[in-house]
Amino acid sequence: MKPAPFEYHAPRDLGQALADLAGAGEHGKVLAGGQSLIPLLNMRLAAPEHLIDINGLAELATIDVDEHGVTVGALARHAQVERSPEAADAQPLLRLALRLVAHPVIRNRGTVVGSLVHADPAAELPAVLALLDGSVRLARRGSPEDPLTGPGTPANGTRWRDVPASEFFVGPLESAIQPGELAVSAYFPNLPERSGVSFREVARRHGDYALAGVAAVVTLDDDLLVGSARAACIGVGPVPLVVDVTEQCGHRPPSAVDWAAAARAVQAGTEPEADIHATAEYRRHLVAVIAEQALREAAGGA
Amino acid sequence: MEREITLVVNGVTRQVTVPVRRLLSDCLRHDLGLTGTHVGCEHGVCGCCTVLLDGDPVRSCLTFAVSVDGHSLTTVEGLAGPDGLSPVQRAFAECHGLQCGFCTPGFLCTATALLRDNPTPTEDEVLEGVSGNLCRCTGYQNIVKAVHRAAEIMAEES
Repeated sequence: MKPAPFEYHAPRDLGQALADLAGAGEHGKVLAGGQSLIPLLNMRLAAPEHLIDINGLAELATIDVDEHGVTVGALARHAQVERSPEAADAQPLLRLALRLVAHPVIRNRGTVVGSLVHADPAAELPAVLALLDGSVRLARRGSPEDPLTGPGTPANGTRWRDVPASEFFVGPLESAIQPGELAVSAYFPNLPERSGVSFREVARRHGDYALAGVAAVVTLDDDLLVGSARAACIGVGPVPLVVDVTEQCGHRPPSAVDWAAAARAVQAGTEPEADIHATAEYRRHLVAVIAEQALREAAGGA
Repeated sequence: MEREITLVVNGVTRQVTVPVRRLLSDCLRHDLGLTGTHVGCEHGVCGCCTVLLDGDPVRSCLTFAVSVDGHSLTTVEGLAGPDGLSPVQRAFAECHGLQCGFCTPGFLCTATALLRDNPTPTEDEVLEGVSGNLCRCTGYQNIVKAVHRAAEIMAEES
């Protein structure tokens, strides 16, 4: 088994990568960790004419943590982010989610930003980005004809835009990234104080894509009442589904909240489909069970 | 489209010209003659093709050879030292951690890196560590025992 032939580009810096992508246009595909793309190539479900391999761009293998959040560069591997104590301190949901991503060996090679761009509706990281209202930074080469290229264009001609998670995930395996663009980083905002997180999922086998999963963030206010409760579901819709259940929590202390009712509100927003692994009805059932567990756990950690 | 690449495989620098679409697993087997790396599912599920890339286990079937130009690789052929089998290899033999042997190179590479990073893993850590490798013969019990036994051997010999 081998992929269909392609032209291979191995840029050594970001400018060259963007030039290669601009040249390839809609026939180009970025190769980062390859843990989702190469299976598609091996099975010939994808056959791009140009492959732009960014593994030589060490400048993108970054994890930057500041008081606002965690910014993960396009070449930061899952394992690198999972093991970063700074990233885990700033945004504990990242490590929780990463430990559910496939197997350790896959995480040695796969990248966080690659998972986001791949936009699998059953994948964990898109749900984390969506739940936290994070964003993805997309870069492309500017050109004289480019309406966006104006006086503010940097000297190297690179243009970039930040796309919020709510607009980034368009459909199954489809993101807002356009031909010629490279996702250079993803930004995961920090949590407010007194917040707890959880990520629960049910998979046939450990490491498989989940039949259904729920990430949750619960934040308490100054009076230690539930000020905000949100959940993001995976595997039960075309894109990660974020549901705000703050209202259902009724501004009560966590111990007095009807979490089952909140979980039913999460469930109500899902549109699962059946496949060989589970029926739609079973997935809907799972969401309610997992959402209650996740919300309770998040509230307990807040 | 072909490229000349340089790989340091098991400590030996190898130069080879490969089609750019050559998977690392096929490069090792067909171009370099190192058939110890086995190819099972070719989409990253079975773990048979696991090799060490700069010391870390990766799927060689989900890596292009041209992507790792200039990097170091260790395959199952490189695990044994001058004095014979490595502690992990001896433990697998001792504990009957293999039957047909098809999955074994992947398990050996995975376990070697696991024990390097964590010389005294718990039962859960071993299970998590080898969870990405499939074995259809042993039922895993003896593989897990072998990883623990390898940890003992390494502790005894250090």
